[in-house]
Amino acid sequence: MNNGFVIQAEKLTKRFGDFTAVNAISFDVKRGEIFGFLGANGAGKTTAIRMLTGLLSPTSGQASVAGYDVYRQSEIIKKNIGYMSQRFSLYEDLTVYENIRFYGGIYGLSDKQIIEKSGRLIGKLGLEHARNTCISSLPLGWKQKLAFSVAILHDPAIVFLDEPTGGVDPITRRQFWNQIYEAAHNGVTVFVTTHYMDEAEYCDRVSIMVDGRIDALDTPAGLKRQFEAGAMNDVFIRLARSQPAEKS
Amino acid sequence: MKKFFGFVIKEFRHILRDKRTMLILFGMPVIQVLLFGYAIRNEITDVKIAVLDYANDYMSRELTDKLLSSDYFILMDRLNDESEIESSFRSGRVKEALVIEPQFANRILREGKGHVQIIADASDPNMAQMLIAYTTAILTEYQMSLSHTKPAGVRVIPEVKMLYNPEMKSVYFFVPGIIVILLTLICALMTSITITREKELGTMEVLLVSPLKPVQIITGKVIPYVFLSLINTTTILIIARYVFGVPFAGSYALFYAEALLFIVTALSLGILISTVSRTQQVAMMASLAGLMLPMIMLSGFVFPVSSMPWPLQWLSNIVPAKWFLTIVKGIMLKGVGFDYIWKETLIIIGMTLFLLTLSAKKFKIRLD
Repeated sequence: MNNGFVIQAEKLTKRFGDFTAVNAISFDVKRGEIFGFLGANGAGKTTAIRMLTGLLSPTSGQASVAGYDVYRQSEIIKKNIGYMSQRFSLYEDLTVYENIRFYGGIYGLSDKQIIEKSGRLIGKLGLEHARNTCISSLPLGWKQKLAFSVAILHDPAIVFLDEPTGGVDPITRRQFWNQIYEAAHNGVTVFVTTHYMDEAEYCDRVSIMVDGRIDALDTPAGLKRQFEAGAMNDVFIRLARSQPAEKS
Repeated sequence: MKKFFGFVIKEFRHILRDKRTMLILFGMPVIQVLLFGYAIRNEITDVKIAVLDYANDYMSRELTDKLLSSDYFILMDRLNDESEIESSFRSGRVKEALVIEPQFANRILREGKGHVQIIADASDPNMAQMLIAYTTAILTEYQMSLSHTKPAGVRVIPEVKMLYNPEMKSVYFFVPGIIVILLTLICALMTSITITREKELGTMEVLLVSPLKPVQIITGKVIPYVFLSLINTTTILIIARYVFGVPFAGSYALFYAEALLFIVTALSLGILISTVSRTQQVAMMASLAGLMLPMIMLSGFVFPVSSMPWPLQWLSNIVPAKWFLTIVKGIMLKGVGFDYIWKETLIIIGMTLFLLTLSAKKFKIRLD
């Protein structure tokens, strides 16, 4: 982390029996960067994220997250990352405040910190009136905002967003990306997977996984230049086409 | 530790907010005990009978009185003709009819034997069998009282004593069974559902990425159910004691220690089920069909194990509930101490260790 990289992966590989899900991927993610992690379904994104978040042990290769080794220090890594999935992962039968307190609690925040942070967070999201409302009665957009805020409540060095905008309308998505920018501006590194190519354009740098390998990694502008494409969508399709054996 | 505590609080909230869960947790024990205790009875009381007394002498009246004063039977119809028997049964007014032959007293005094006919409604065979047994018992008793005044030849007179449940009350027998079923249901079914629910909602992923360890997640999820099961067991014991008058012969400390052990067994079963099922529905089906049925059928709760064919008897040995039922009956009804149930206890401990190891392994595999 001292050298400004929050994630460093070197020939990171995961094999399940004969099947190589992730094939020697190497990449670095800088502090405060929004890093887009793209790939078709089955390209190995989920497996890669699971290795980086300490859920899976790599078969070979090296990786460090927030300066800690994924083999030996996965417990410390877990304390220093946030995670949000497509399903928002809030408890529908708990209130807004109870959700904040629960997630703050499992990341080891003190009662004082939780009270202070939840107050600020609820105020910022304009949810004062809904503080003691169950999540189930909140609109989708608010759930999403709250889920993201909860994921970075413990001030992680990096937050992993696994298709965070699935099934959400364009306006809400745009608002959500404003939230991501703000977090990145405050120094949180954002590692995001998505299927929306317009969102890929919002990222600082983008990697595209095909068949377990990272086939392209650059800024969106750089990738478009490299593949002589007008939009990220064309870059993605060109890469995916060149690999007929790709599993999806 | 504080993280873990917060997790347990969250679990309690889930349970307390869900009306259906609350109903299952607290309504079911009460309803089951009352149902089994009141409705499903093996003993008979106040069964309606008809009497056709052709003799109408002092002995036939004595016999009828004896029958009716027993609490088991009440007289519904006094018939005058054989043809009325059929219609009495058909209308469903009576379950049994007693026919006493003419000259009943005279024949007994002169020939030393009199005839009575017992007719029972065998559309419910178990009931009919029980009625016959009860009636015959009363007749035998009457016969004996006669032989006191008029001694006959040598006779063996059995003196039956029913141990531990002298009045043969079925509620004595059901209460231990209900405790076993409920503990299984709450611990295994509810935990398997609550764990798969986190998987279905996607929150399990988030929990696994968090600093909480898998073992903390699982323990945190099951702890509330341990508490609730103990509360439920106590509720059942209280109802059994004060509503049905079931005695508690043994030591409460031993009982609760054994109950706690069985709760852990059932919980590990629930965890095992949750590791192999993806959705709540699958978990529920697996618990109900795969656990509840064998537990009810093979534990000896409904059908005595000793009268099953040998493959089933053999199979019943791997059902933890069978061993726990023996323990509960031993402590509750017979008042035995640990020296009588250490073997069963050891078997359950062995099963629990096996299940815990297996589910821990499965849980790891799932993660990879």
